[in-house]
Amino acid sequence: MIPEQFGYSAPSSLGEALSLLQEHGEDAKVLAGGHSLIPMMKLRFAAPTHLVDINNVPGMSYINEEDGKLKIGALAREVDLEDSELIRSKFPIFIDASKLIADPQVRNFGTVGGNIAHGDAANDHPAVMLALNAEVEITGPEGKRTVPIDEFFYGFYMTAVQQGEILTEISIPLPEGKFGCAYHKLERKVGDYATAGVAVALTVDESGTCTSAGIGLTNVNPVPLRASRSEEALVGSKLTDEDIARAAQFAAEDCSPSDDLRGDEDYKRHVVKVLTKRMIKKAIDRI
Amino acid sequence: MKKQITVTINGTPHTVEVEPRMLLVHLIREKLSMTGTHIGCDTSSCGACTILINGKSAKSCTILAVQADGKEVTTVEGLATAEGLHPIQEGFKENHGLHCGFCTPGMMLRAVELLEKNPTPSEEEIRWGIAGNLCRCTGYNNIVKAIQYASAKMQGNELPSTEPEFV
Ligand SMILES: Cc1cc2nc3c(=O)[nH]c(=O)nc-3n(C[C@H](O)[C@H](O)[C@H](O)COP(=O)(O)OP(=O)(O)OC[C@H]3O[C@@H](n4cnc5c(N)ncnc54)[C@H](O)[C@@H]3O)c2cc1C
Ligand code: FES
Ligand code: FES
Repeated sequence: MIPEQFGYSAPSSLGEALSLLQEHGEDAKVLAGGHSLIPMMKLRFAAPTHLVDINNVPGMSYINEEDGKLKIGALAREVDLEDSELIRSKFPIFIDASKLIADPQVRNFGTVGGNIAHGDAANDHPAVMLALNAEVEITGPEGKRTVPIDEFFYGFYMTAVQQGEILTEISIPLPEGKFGCAYHKLERKVGDYATAGVAVALTVDESGTCTSAGIGLTNVNPVPLRASRSEEALVGSKLTDEDIARAAQFAAEDCSPSDDLRGDEDYKRHVVKVLTKRMIKKAIDRI
Repeated sequence: MKKQITVTINGTPHTVEVEPRMLLVHLIREKLSMTGTHIGCDTSSCGACTILINGKSAKSCTILAVQADGKEVTTVEGLATAEGLHPIQEGFKENHGLHCGFCTPGMMLRAVELLEKNPTPSEEEIRWGIAGNLCRCTGYNNIVKAIQYASAKMQGNELPSTEPEFV
């Protein structure tokens, strides 16, 4: 399978990349890891007329701590997350997610920025970013703006990144106090997209009372979903089995999965309930 | 529309003109006639097209040839040297790590990167490490043994038994 014809540029600075996007207009697309875009182009589900390959733009692959935030450059790859000591020690949720994304070859290329910019509720990072209350930095011809993750996903393959803009950074507030986080998805086989996935991030105070909760769901809604009622059920609670069960029940009720080859709606709601319970417990264990 | 690119494959630079839409696997197989790299699924799933780009294993059916401009590519043709087979090739040979051989070039290149990053992987790490490579023949056990053999050989450790395993 061969994509339709297109033009290609590989600029070596962000400014140049932005002008190329401007110049080539509506049907130009950014090429990052290419592991969502190229398969779509091969199937001719996507037919951009020009690709602006940003892989030669230097300084976009960092993963570091700065100003009380974890900062991930848009071109950091899945494999960079797996190799990062900072991620391993403070945000094991990314290791949970990355390990379940496709396979090592895909993870050598796929970028974290591309994973969310793709705007697909089946991808795994969107739910993780919701749980961690990420902010997304978008750079356009007019400069940079920052969008909270709750305002990032618009619809199927649609995000806050507008024509002519580039997602440049993801930042995550470093948790205060005792913090635990976990992600898991049910997949039919290695490399499959999620039947359902659940990301949980919790903080608790000295007395063991939950002071904040973030819960994101993968592939059970047209857009990546924050399980707000589940979060509310946990904040202020001592995280008893009863409260955890209630939060899991809310997540199962509030998502809207569709029937497909991976299962019917009832089954997926059940998976969400089980995974939410397990991931809350796993996050607690990691505190 | 065509772009001139220079890709170094197994140490030899190739300067070619390609359409941006040409996939790297097609450049390697069709334009440069190195047919050791296989196309299995053509949908990024099977790993038969796995090569190394600057040492990183990659599915060449999901990468454009223009993306390899200026890069070092290794294909199966580049594994053996004047001194003989690469330890991973020897491992596959000694352990019956292949039947039809279709998946083998991709498996071996994937294993090369795996052993580069983790020279003494556990069986579980090997199985996770080759999760992106499908084999329809062997049932994987002998592939795992082949990689363990290569690991031992590369470390200078005692080589594991190559007695076939009947399961
Ligand atoms: C076999 C296979 C299995 C997979 N399984 C999973 C899985 O289980 N879970 C999962 O989450 N993903 C999975 N993926 C997808 C993979 O993780 C992709 O790499 C990822 O979704 C997209 O990242 P990318 O860097 O490859 O983006 P690309 O493919 O380069 O781009 C994707 C889209 O985002 C846009 N884009 C990318 N980066 C930017 C940017 N910085 N600014 C603006 N726009 C941008 C592009 O224009 C394009 O529209 C799988 C892929 C394959 C091939
Ligand atoms: S041919 Fe490339 S992964 Fe199957
Ligand atoms: S040996 Fe036949 S596919 Fe692996």
